[in-house]
Amino acid sequence: MRYAAIVIGGGPAGMAAACAVKESEKVLIIEREARLGGILKQCVHDGFGVIRFGEKLSGPEYADRFIDEVYSRKNIDVRTLTFVTDIEKRNGYFVVTTTSGKGIVSYEGENLILANGCRERTARQVNIHGTRPAGLMTAGTAQNLVNLMGIMPAKRCVILGSGDIGLIMARRLTLEGAEVVGVYEAKATPSGLQRNLQQCLYDFGIPVSLKKTVTLVHGRDRVEGVTVSDVDDDMRPISGTEEYIPCDALIVSVGLIPENELAENLGVPIDPRTKGPVVDQYMMTAVDGVYSVGNALHVHDLVDYVSEVAETAGKDVGRRKSRASIEVTQKGFAYLVPQRIDAANVEKETTFYFRASHDTERAKLTVTINGKTAVTKKYSMLKPPEAVRVKLALPVKAGDDVKFVLEDDDDGNV
Amino acid sequence: MTETFEMICIVCPRGCRLKAERTADGIAVTGNKCPRGAKFAEEEIVAPKRSFTGTVRSVFPEMPVVPVRTAGEVPKDKVKEVALLTRDVLLTRAYGVGEVAVDNVCGTGVDLIVTADMRKVIGS
Repeated sequence: MRYAAIVIGGGPAGMAAACAVKESEKVLIIEREARLGGILKQCVHDGFGVIRFGEKLSGPEYADRFIDEVYSRKNIDVRTLTFVTDIEKRNGYFVVTTTSGKGIVSYEGENLILANGCRERTARQVNIHGTRPAGLMTAGTAQNLVNLMGIMPAKRCVILGSGDIGLIMARRLTLEGAEVVGVYEAKATPSGLQRNLQQCLYDFGIPVSLKKTVTLVHGRDRVEGVTVSDVDDDMRPISGTEEYIPCDALIVSVGLIPENELAENLGVPIDPRTKGPVVDQYMMTAVDGVYSVGNALHVHDLVDYVSEVAETAGKDVGRRKSRASIEVTQKGFAYLVPQRIDAANVEKETTFYFRASHDTERAKLTVTINGKTAVTKKYSMLKPPEAVRVKLALPVKAGDDVKFVLEDDDDGNV
Repeated sequence: MTETFEMICIVCPRGCRLKAERTADGIAVTGNKCPRGAKFAEEEIVAPKRSFTGTVRSVFPEMPVVPVRTAGEVPKDKVKEVALLTRDVLLTRAYGVGEVAVDNVCGTGVDLIVTADMRKVIGS
């Protein structure tokens, strides 16, 4: 039997994509863990689903709604505790080889939906000197230990990086009785959402220090302390500013990177800005039949939009006959997704997500088609940590030259 | 006399930066992009509230801890008390999503509810 689509990853993106595929088409979800839900399983904090369901749900609650949906669908098969080892593109279909308790099994699918999420940047990737004792971990690992295994990984900890998971864990560890000495961020601005700074740090009096980083880890078997230093504008430590902080854990929250090993093996071109595949408005990559959704595509702020984007891909399975993709030229963004438009299948509105390259009081988005302005939009208070979602009516035809420009807007009126 | 307050709205992920001025006539809020922000600022000044999220323990090895949250918001100064109490809660059967683990938690009038379906995990 050949599936219409094989979805790799049973987190929020994979589940939403699978559920959006027409019920007449067979879908397979492959999940490496014992149960569906992905990272939402360990995100016990709330704030999920405000846009989609109009409720502030916890991660497991949000996941549960999709898990019920998946298992109620007769056209969706699920293989858990199953790991993809290889994907091969044949003529018009894919062969996905997996390993699990059942041994090595291959599945065939006409389309692939890559929904395998992102990975945390580790301490090794930010060049901290010193030893690598127990107690040095990523925020996601700390979250897994506390929220899934019920193990407290720290009594007194330092958090490096102001990413959202680090902020969420600062609050969680504090409420579980640990002392969070402070959050250190090498950049001049925090990278997490403003609301998380408020409700996770300020509410508990946890200080956040900007333009400071951890330069040395102390301890042989267990973390005994860290040295923090000021950094200059190029994020280089300034000598003479070192300060020793005794602690038994260093929790690192320094960013997420889309996981695309499988995509790269299939020859899918990667956008260096998102670190995820280049896709069209249906989330199809430049390799025909391969879709990319969720945090594998780009790191989203909100799971509500992860679901929405994944559904776009799911609905597209088996629908489009011909395609005419054009590249969008982009200027002034940290990134813009999608990076291509299938001009043969343009709908009334196309949804784009972008991040500004820097903090801007007032900004202007201009879209031109063949040099003529098609859309302008004004924004106030753009910040790179807060992605912007915008629906645009773009009557694009094959061969058109489409440019997106984001620039500071000095004329004022927003 | 005018008292001014600055805060970040936590109602939705947008995170509006709010400014509030309290005078004898009441509280005036600016910087909010929706009415929920004004309501948040007023509450934040008069009687701040937060929801609590965390975990409680269970007797099941497949799920040693179980996610919980308050079904609504509780007074901000009660959050630590709720957190302390959750450390002593032990679930001895498989709860479904939304089932009450502790009713009227810490006398707040708000229930502490389970937010994962334990039945999907235990004995599977």
